Parts: sequence; structure tokens; C-alpha cells
Amino acid sequence: MKRPGIVKALLIFLFFVLLIPGGLQLYRHRHFDIPVVAGPGVTRVVRLSDFGPGLKKTMADTPVYFLEGKEPGGKAILLSDTHANEPEGLLATLLILENAVVEKGTLIIIPQFNHSASRNTRPGDGYPLYFKISTDWGLKKFRMGNRDASPLDQWPDPDVYIHYPDRQLLSYIDVRNVNRTWPGRPDGPLMEKVTFAAMEIMRREKVDIAVDIHGAETMFPVTNCIVAPEKSIRIATMAALTVKAKEGFDSHVEPSPSGFRGLSHREIGDYSDTLPFLLEAPIPFLDQPTGPKTEKFLLDGKDPFLLSLARKKKLFVPYDASGWPLEKRVGQHCSVTLEILRQYSKKNPERSILVRDVPRYAEIVQNGVGRYFHDPAWADKDKIYLN
Amino acid sequence: MPIIMILYYLITAYLVVLVAWNFIREKKKVEDLAQYLLVLIPLVLRILRIK
Repeated sequence: MKRPGIVKALLIFLFFVLLIPGGLQLYRHRHFDIPVVAGPGVTRVVRLSDFGPGLKKTMADTPVYFLEGKEPGGKAILLSDTHANEPEGLLATLLILENAVVEKGTLIIIPQFNHSASRNTRPGDGYPLYFKISTDWGLKKFRMGNRDASPLDQWPDPDVYIHYPDRQLLSYIDVRNVNRTWPGRPDGPLMEKVTFAAMEIMRREKVDIAVDIHGAETMFPVTNCIVAPEKSIRIATMAALTVKAKEGFDSHVEPSPSGFRGLSHREIGDYSDTLPFLLEAPIPFLDQPTGPKTEKFLLDGKDPFLLSLARKKKLFVPYDASGWPLEKRVGQHCSVTLEILRQYSKKNPERSILVRDVPRYAEIVQNGVGRYFHDPAWADKDKIYLN
Repeated sequence: MPIIMILYYLITAYLVVLVAWNFIREKKKVEDLAQYLLVLIPLVLRILRIK
């Protein structure tokens, strides 16, 4: 090699050209906050670490919103961003948070349940770092997160994750997946502390219903459904039949497998008196054989490769040129959640949870998701929370 | 930060020093120089707690 000093200087320059712009993008993503305007129903906001002290001053701590009615009744907890790359759940809970008024009972909402994952990225799959929703007052920008917590917050991963307390062997990466670490423990890995704190909320507050909101691939059999264990299955079935008959969309019931541990729809029911439900809406963006993972694809769910697979009957949901847009996914989640609350309230009038001013499927499909978000620039400062 | 995580950061820092030392000592192969720097990128991003 001639003139090694000059060659090395050039290579070091190239190294910083790669490192600095790339690193800055990732740094800004991790520290980007989404302003949430607390709606008329929000009565108090606490932190998850109030129920699990091991989360204090960690990236896994996250706001917990209480919407308490004037009349006492039952209690429900809504979780989203369990997997932070499934944004329909986050948008559904934020929509409820910004608009719902609870007349009877209490709603507890944790919009970014895996807060660390919501600040993690997935550049290996070419995910966009952000996505924007069109509203009446401009574009509202959200972080696109990842399925698992950031290794910056929980590291190293074990060779095999041994689930607590069942000791089932799970994939190493599931140690950072909060939908494998239920019911958690106060002194376990960070994600077990997260699920333990949520279990503490359910036990201390005597929560009746837990709804964990997700999205799933169109090629995955457990999609477009309500997953429920034995104790929740009657209410899930009634909710599925009602939305099908009254609102015209399918969300069938899948039984929660008893031999697969760590999942919310299994462990919440087994380790508390709460009835768990896990909602899945189809998100084509997560499928593997697709075109580029663009922001547009995330929002409209249109992909020519999936369309071709649909014609060959390889998908588990109906799929045509209209794709599977975000409005449908968020609308389904809002309607199914409201229907679960209604069915539970019918069966348990003394523990009923009455919620109004949350749009349902048809309204959201017609008006778009952005219609229901409020402009932080015009909101009272004490109503704005940075998530 | 748990002790095991601190240990992993120390291991990463040790690897950075090793790779950087190899980069400094290499005088013949440009390919090896480039590879040392490519290997350094994720290690540096982790030590700086960026990724």
C-alpha cells in the first residue's frame, strides 16, 4: 500500500461520514416525544413505576392515564405498543384517550406499554423512523418503534429466555418482548418488571378487563381476531358476533393456548381475577414478502406482492387492491374494545363501564383517524403530556 | 444499570481498542483497513448509547 497515512485519513473521514449522520438520526428518534392532549375524560396521570419501583428512572417507565367516571363501576385497562411496530393499537388508545368520557367505572390506558421498544428502531428491515397522520390542523408525527425493547435499556440477551415462573424455554429475543414476559417479577429483567407493574395495577385496582391491542401479518393465522382464554371466551364471542352483525367486519375468536407461556391473554387471566383479551388487526406492512417498507405502505396497507398471494389464497384475511388501510385497523380496534366493555357491562351491571364519545368503525373509516386528534398548539399546557 | 450490562459495555470498549489498534498497525491491505472501520461502527454506536 502506498502512502498508508493518506489512505487511513481518507478511510477515517468516510467512517465519520457514515457514523455521524446515521447516528444523529437514531439519536433524534430515541429522544423524539409525541405530544398527547389529555381529553375531557382524563382525571389523573401517574407513572408505571408507581406500581413497579424497579422501573423508576429507566426508559421502560411510561405514563398511565386514568379516566374515572362520576359513578363507581367496573374497571378496564387498555394496553397498546406492547409491540411498538404495530401502530394501530397506539392510535386506537390515543384516540380513546383524547376523546372518551367515562360515565360509569374507570378506564386505565397505557398507550406505550413497551416504552423502550417505542424508542427503538428496526433499520435492518428498512422501516421508516416516523409516520405522519393527516389531521384537520396539519400532520401529526409519531415514532415508528420496534417489536422488542431497545438493547440500550436491557442487555445482554440470554442464549435462551427461560420464562418466569413456568420455566418454558423461549427464544432469546423474547426476553425483550413484553408479550412473552407476563406475569413478570419485581426483580427480573426490565421487561419482566414492566409486566409485573401492569399486573400490580390489575391486582391493586381490581381491574375487571384487560385489552391488549396489536396488529398481525396477513399471512399469520392469528390475525383479525380476538384472542381469549377460557374465562373470557363468552364475552369475546358475543363481541365478535355483534360487530360482525351490526358493523359488518370480521373479528373472529381464537382460543388462547394454555401451553404457550408469557402471553398477556394467558398469564393475566391465570395470575389475576382480570379477564384478558388480545386484539389483532391485519397489518400488511409486517408481512415478509412485500415491496419496500415505506410510510405509505404502513398507512394504506397496499402491496402488489400480497395482492398476488391473495389471489393464490395464501393469506388469512380477504385482501384486494384497496389494501388494509390504517382507518380500518384503528376502527376495528375501537369498535371491538367498546363492544367488549358493553358485553361485560351487560353481564355485570354492578361492575359496568360506560364510555361515550369514542368513534366506532364506520365513523373512523369515513372520517380518517386524524380527525379525532386535538391540536397541541391550542390545548391547555397542563393537558399536554409528552410520550 | 445492572452489573452485567456494565461488564458488556467494558467488553465492547475493549473490542473497540483492539480493532482500533489493528487499524493503526495495518500497513499493507486497504481492504482490512476498511473492514476494521466497518466493524467499529456498531461498537461505537453502542458505547455512545445511540443504537
